[in-house]
Amino acid sequence: MGKIIDVTAAMSGIFYRQASPEEPVYAEVGMEVKKKQVLGLLETMKVFQKIKSPVKGKVVEIVAENETPLKDGDVIFRVEKG
Amino acid sequence: MFKKILVANRGEIALRVIRACKEMGIKSVAVYSEADETCMHVQQADESVCIGPGISSKSYLSIENIMDAARRTKAEAIHPGYGYLAEKEEFARACQDAGLVFIGPRPENLNLAGDKIAGKKKMEAAGVPIIPSSPGGVDSIDEAGEAAAVIGYPVMIKSAGGGGRGIRVCNDAEELAEEFSVARMEAGAAFGNNQVYIEKYIVQPRHIEFQVLADQFGNVIHLGERECSIQRRYQKLIEESPSPRLDDKLRMRMGQAAIDAARAIDYFNAGTVEFLLDGNGDFYFIEVNARIQVEHPVTELTTGIDLVKEQIRLSAGGKLDYTFDDINLRGWAIECRINAEDPERNFMPSPGIVVSYHEPGGFGVRLDTHLYQGYELPIYYDSLVAKLVAFALTRDAAIGIMKRCLDEYNIEPLKTTIPLYSQVMDDQDFRDGNFDTSYIERFLPEDDDDE
Repeated sequence: MGKIIDVTAAMSGIFYRQASPEEPVYAEVGMEVKKKQVLGLLETMKVFQKIKSPVKGKVVEIVAENETPLKDGDVIFRVEKG
Repeated sequence: MFKKILVANRGEIALRVIRACKEMGIKSVAVYSEADETCMHVQQADESVCIGPGISSKSYLSIENIMDAARRTKAEAIHPGYGYLAEKEEFARACQDAGLVFIGPRPENLNLAGDKIAGKKKMEAAGVPIIPSSPGGVDSIDEAGEAAAVIGYPVMIKSAGGGGRGIRVCNDAEELAEEFSVARMEAGAAFGNNQVYIEKYIVQPRHIEFQVLADQFGNVIHLGERECSIQRRYQKLIEESPSPRLDDKLRMRMGQAAIDAARAIDYFNAGTVEFLLDGNGDFYFIEVNARIQVEHPVTELTTGIDLVKEQIRLSAGGKLDYTFDDINLRGWAIECRINAEDPERNFMPSPGIVVSYHEPGGFGVRLDTHLYQGYELPIYYDSLVAKLVAFALTRDAAIGIMKRCLDEYNIEPLKTTIPLYSQVMDDQDFRDGNFDTSYIERFLPEDDDDE
């Protein structure tokens, strides 16, 4: 088992798992991800920021719910370092 | 004249329209989302209706909810402000079908002017110079790539819905592939229309736009230019009128092209014709903005014409009985868009509560804002919180007033673009009127492209 890393919201904003309802989600539980791979988007005052994986590893949990407002520091994903 | 107008917007522009209604003796209806109950436009309107949750797609972009609010309050007309539904043909038609007056262009104008792609074809036919672009909207990365290859890099991805949000420059096919989806999403979130197109990127131009007005009787006039070259990522930051670059001759040529452009699409009401002006004095039509624009106050101050009142008057069947030559054009107006963004941290938005607030005032100052002490900025909406405008008989004097006002303006603890503008007012090139659309980059740290 690798170390579990929390991916948190850099600021308050709305969390999106996909770029649009028709497009596939950026990340699923169990998905292997590279460092800096995009996991989702955070919209704050109409500006979209990419939420990137801080490490290479595997997504073990998607904590935040799609299209919901988050506060600064809220955990969005948990990634197991690999 | 109308007895009651519903304002289908929020923040400073909703307040701007409500103020015009009050001055004209017209009752106003504000609409607001659950996140905007404390917003100033709600407090100032005669009536207000909640139209849904904070997320814009379920409130300010909901045609159904807004039409319902108009029915319930028996409004006769709807002013859409800018952004949201302002340039949505479907909304203008819905107003028409419900027997309401849409205060803005005809639905057909929005189809052409709001959809920049079809609009450009008409311009080309009318002899207005245009920039090479994809023949239509591009709906996939493959289509975007094919269009870009024909035009040649660098290219821009632009929203067919209007405005600067969602615009991205791509230097090669790889960048295009990476930015395409995000550009579409930003376009969709800001305008409720995620269609994008590809356009040739012209290096180091100035952005010059002309205000036009058109009545229902075929009269079209222009009200001079606005210089909007100071932008970051295609969002305007500082605008002024007149432009330090234009002489009377070029102003006449561009003004005529703006009138030709408006005529080419049988335009009605207030609109803006945007051009890029290169170093040789050649100009290219970019688009018609079929709405009242954020930066409209600089034109109001130099012409003395209240553009929002003119929009209302023209929509009520009023006639244009004057032209640019009749206007007592005087002085110089400069506007700074105060955004709740941190210029030190790559313009990250800065939502939160305004704990301490002090506004600038005095000679030559106009401030359009919905801010007040204790107001909490919601995360859902645009970061524009105030438009600070300085007016004086000369450009130097206007800069002096602006600099003094920026120093006076206190919005704690939010991070804003005020310190950046203060630096710009001191900059010799700005003071000399020597800048293009890349100007602001010199004040910014290296872009880490994290958005």
